[in-house]
Amino acid sequence: MKRRILLASAAVALALTGTAFADGHAKTKVGFVYVGPVGDGGWTYEHNKGRLAVEEHFGDKVETVFQESVPEGADSERVMTQMALAGADLIFTTSFGYMDPTINVAAKFPDVKFEHATGYKQADNVSVYSARFYEGRAVQGHIAGKMTKTNKVGYIASFPIPEVIRGINSAFIHAKKVNPDVEFSIVWAYTWFDPAKEADAAQALIEQGADVILQHTDSTAPQAAAEAAGNVVTFGQASDMAEFGPFPRVSSIIDDWAPYYIARTQAVMDGTWESTSTWDGIGAGMVAIGEISDAVPADVKAEALAMIDALADGSYHAFTGPINKQDGSAWLAEGETADDGTLAGMSFYVEGITGEIPN
Amino acid sequence: MDLSSINPALLIASLMVSATPILLAALGELVVEKTGVLNLGVEGMMITGAICGFAIGVNTGSPVLGFMFAAMSGALLSLAFGILTQYLLSNQVATGLGLTLVGLGLSSLIGKPYEGIKSPTLQKMELPILSDIPIVGPMLFSHDPMVYFSVALVAATWAVLKYTRAGLILRAVGESHDAAHALGYKVVRIRILAILFGGACAGLAGAYISLVRVPQWTEGMTAGAGWIALAIVVFASWKPWRVLIGAYLFGGVTVLQLNLQAAGAKVPIEVLSMSPYLITIAVLVIISARGNHGAPAALGKIFHASQ
Repeated sequence: MKRRILLASAAVALALTGTAFADGHAKTKVGFVYVGPVGDGGWTYEHNKGRLAVEEHFGDKVETVFQESVPEGADSERVMTQMALAGADLIFTTSFGYMDPTINVAAKFPDVKFEHATGYKQADNVSVYSARFYEGRAVQGHIAGKMTKTNKVGYIASFPIPEVIRGINSAFIHAKKVNPDVEFSIVWAYTWFDPAKEADAAQALIEQGADVILQHTDSTAPQAAAEAAGNVVTFGQASDMAEFGPFPRVSSIIDDWAPYYIARTQAVMDGTWESTSTWDGIGAGMVAIGEISDAVPADVKAEALAMIDALADGSYHAFTGPINKQDGSAWLAEGETADDGTLAGMSFYVEGITGEIPN
Repeated sequence: MDLSSINPALLIASLMVSATPILLAALGELVVEKTGVLNLGVEGMMITGAICGFAIGVNTGSPVLGFMFAAMSGALLSLAFGILTQYLLSNQVATGLGLTLVGLGLSSLIGKPYEGIKSPTLQKMELPILSDIPIVGPMLFSHDPMVYFSVALVAATWAVLKYTRAGLILRAVGESHDAAHALGYKVVRIRILAILFGGACAGLAGAYISLVRVPQWTEGMTAGAGWIALAIVVFASWKPWRVLIGAYLFGGVTVLQLNLQAAGAKVPIEVLSMSPYLITIAVLVIISARGNHGAPAALGKIFHASQ
């Protein structure tokens, strides 16, 4: 047994580092590190679309390389190091778990620019960027609260990190607002991508009476489980997942990284690149809401569209008080909105959510 | 905590579905290892079976044809392993690992056009009379045909290994290929046949994930199930019924922990998430402590008639 596992991990490590990169520095070389396969239909799929957009925009002036299904942790550090050694000028690391590895590798390669998605640690040559997915979650929560008949909403969460917790809170606040009886059942899958496990999680939630499933994992497996159940509403995650529309998928949150990737690549070419922290939402187009299907009643759809507009022009913030924390203590007063610092490090549930956040 | 929201009948039903892929793959590997061959390529054969079965299922609209083709593709891939290890005498561990890598790459290549497509899936087969029994009916007797097939295959494997001459020869080859050879049995041919059976089972297991359990194609969708199947063979001390127990135990703990979470159980989620692995390790330790694992004596050894 021991030998098998040892050999298996050796083989995996070999496979991960085995990609050869061609040398040559006439073009700007941009590297991408992905947490899942480009064909996951969700998170990594959209990052890869951003990469393809960079290639199309710059044509011969740019060369892109990518490595998919890179585990978060030591393996990712090796992949980044290899990309940097192979002459990459700019490296996008596209998952929260790459945060410390990115900082470590960036310290060794001061001339290479790094961009880490969804994290909060910056350095002179490390920028961070993320999208305000929680704005999309607010819209989902509103639709979920209106559409649930059992008043039980299932939520397939991935890892207990601020981004995921923000999403849960935002969805819950807006579901509760339109449906005071709503309850959230939260399942932590501890994976970004494992179709079979995601399907099992969706199945467990459906069997326990949830008739709306929100997911923060990357595959379309929960959509398929909901479709098989017949009366369960879902939302596309990270990508449109339109193939499951108009029902069970009634809407979606779509990440659009292309404009950002093109702008940052341009900055490296022009020599104007600086370490920045970018956090854009619906207004800037980094988060888009996929078409709300006709399975949603017309009045609910109109309300959702109004909320999207309000979030986009800044007249409404998804975390507007009064909001209490789970333990009942006050967080935001009437009319007060959450500041970005608190949101970026959010590690508590809002009042009304049952269960605890695992650590 | 509201455990009443967990319906035991539904829990056991989804446990059986969840365990079927690892059950099929582990059963195939058990037969392979019983002949003294260690094929670590289960994961690769599974995922190749998953995409080949899916592709045929989508193109013909028939999941049954999909499963048949998945079995064939798994067997075909394992034939490469068989030729390399049995005729060219390559190292079984290295070749098996290579097979996994080839399978993963091949499947994502074949799978590119099939991303985001939905497949026809197997209809549930309600067994007459039996499925009408309260509680037990929906729990055990209203599954898709592959679940019954996998259990029947366990019974058949057990019976063949234990009671037939073919099973005796198969085990003899795994215990001492030199003795079997001296008695005039075709060691290489028997091993190749076992490898083909293992490949076909792994192919079916993969297709069960892509056609029934998920059901769609995404790259890397087996997500390590092949490695778990390998562990279960050891866990089961190379005995078919114990493979069934091992697979259901693993599937059961996975499904149970998700259900407990959904019900809001106040058990630390980290403990729940690692429980399948902890239980597997614990059982392996208990088995090892007893000394005799029941491993075939010639497992992983290379055979050539001249030696």
